[in-house]
Amino acid sequence: MLTRLIQREGGSMEQEMGELRRYRTQSISRGEFALSDSFYFYRKGLESIVDDQVTQRFSSEELVSWNLLTRTNHNFHYISLRLTIIWGLGVIIRYCVLFPLRITLAIIGLSWLVIGTTLVGFLPKNRVKTWLSELVHLMCYRICARGLSATIQYHNKENKPQKGGICVANHTSPIDIVILANDGCYAMVGQCHGGLMGVIQRSMVRSCPHVWFERSEMRDRHAVTSRLRAHVAAKTNLPILIFPEGTCINNTSVMMFKKGSFEIGGTIYPVAIKYDPRFGDAFWNSAKYNMVSYLLRMMTSWAIVVNVWYLPPMTREEGEDAAQFANRVKSAIAHQGGLLDMAWDGSLKRDKVKEEFKEQQQKMYSSMVVGKKRRKSETFRKDNQDTVILE
Amino acid sequence: MGSRASTLLREEEIEEIKKETGFSHSQITRLYSRFTSLDKGENGTLSREDFQRIPELAINPLGDRIINAFFPEGEDQVNFRGFMRTLAHFRPIEDNEKNKDPTASEPLNSRTNKLLFAFRLYDLDRDDKISRDELLQVLRMMVGLNMFVSQVLRMMVGLNMFVSQVLRMMVGVNISDEQLGSIADRTIQEADQNGDNSISFNEFIKVLEKVDVEQKMSIRFLH
Repeated sequence: MLTRLIQREGGSMEQEMGELRRYRTQSISRGEFALSDSFYFYRKGLESIVDDQVTQRFSSEELVSWNLLTRTNHNFHYISLRLTIIWGLGVIIRYCVLFPLRITLAIIGLSWLVIGTTLVGFLPKNRVKTWLSELVHLMCYRICARGLSATIQYHNKENKPQKGGICVANHTSPIDIVILANDGCYAMVGQCHGGLMGVIQRSMVRSCPHVWFERSEMRDRHAVTSRLRAHVAAKTNLPILIFPEGTCINNTSVMMFKKGSFEIGGTIYPVAIKYDPRFGDAFWNSAKYNMVSYLLRMMTSWAIVVNVWYLPPMTREEGEDAAQFANRVKSAIAHQGGLLDMAWDGSLKRDKVKEEFKEQQQKMYSSMVVGKKRRKSETFRKDNQDTVILE
Repeated sequence: MGSRASTLLREEEIEEIKKETGFSHSQITRLYSRFTSLDKGENGTLSREDFQRIPELAINPLGDRIINAFFPEGEDQVNFRGFMRTLAHFRPIEDNEKNKDPTASEPLNSRTNKLLFAFRLYDLDRDDKISRDELLQVLRMMVGLNMFVSQVLRMMVGLNMFVSQVLRMMVGVNISDEQLGSIADRTIQEADQNGDNSISFNEFIKVLEKVDVEQKMSIRFLH
């Protein structure tokens, strides 16, 4: 990654305030407030304006060296004629040679999905149907993966998600589904769409159970959880695939996992997905690009190179609530994928941050103004107000 | 070929900003990328909403004050020059600058100018004095209402004032208006030298003369 623009001071609020207040002489050190206290907040504020940890996760990662794609060329400097020629050649190869091939493959793949699943759907529910359905799905996803020139490396296949389980992974783009489904069959979870997506969804569900929700159902958390629970309980159903971040993040970090997926029960199979950004930027910035233009960009990159790690299954431990469990899984995925483990919520892409976090900061500062009360056994004649500034 | 970033920032502008603020060429172009990434409206200026979209700034108790510092009197948009000018206050002081030509105007990131920036964040009405009210306002922003208190108060809409006051006395870290008032009084007492019950800029400087302003009000910019 590119070097950051600033280097942040790592101290905690207490540490920094202590340093700021050091100038106060002992006799007036009972002062609970110093004019310089605000400097801490000013500096933190300015630092976050220059470079903050959250908003950078919602745009594509910057590369250290250019990979000959215009889209990753943020700070353009004209370097040399030779580079421009090479870039031009790259454009021709990508748009005139690779792109038509890939589009053809993608169309074949998707048509096969619709046709194949519809045909399989006519069979009565038996073992043959299940086997054929898996075959059809795998074939189609493999063709689609070729259509993206995806090179996928799977690690630790012995931990692959089993039937009746829940597979959770970090989310970078809709292509994650193709990446994972190349190596196994999953029951997809998502909203019902119209148009082409709707056609695909309806035909998929004919051959094996997926979980598609109407838009209105999605808002009712109980309905969602109970449907998923029912699916997981039937041990013969395929593992469901969920992305607990709830939105696409740019593959440099893992953001907060929504605890809903971890309340369903059952075994969680965590999966870490890491794209190699040198060959193509896989992140879907849904604010900037719609699905179609995103897919076109994918098909005109050099390739999609991915590493997928299957992590050992996890279950909720005694005394652990869903949120803690979610954090534990998130840390495991972040650690394996070499991603930054962040507590910030991915929905900050669109929503405002909650007031509680500001109140937390205020509370922390308040305790520095009020100080810690001395124990009752110690008596002081000087003053009623026995307060100590800091420990 | 080429991105929006540098085609909109001309070399002459970069030179002017360099002279005014002291940032290096590469720092200015990096900061311009940052400016454009914050500028969701893509109109070359930032509004207050653009700043508030930064979560770490939104949870900063003095966030609103900091955002205001970027906007000139009465305006709602800040352009890149204004953005850089405000950021320049937080540039670290380099050794070679300390021995500069004394007749040249003071750089934006001098100790005095850093303190002036901080002073103006207290002194809202720009009358060059920090009054008791202005000090109280900042104090209140920093300590807020205790979390539990605000939650309880939200629940207690409709109950009379006395009950909620009693509750406030019972909860943990809580700083009442009276406490804040006495803190403000004490602070002004310590700083005020000419007896006008407010803190002027010179008194402000005097109180903080031992604080390492150069380090505490600087951001470590790289390259």
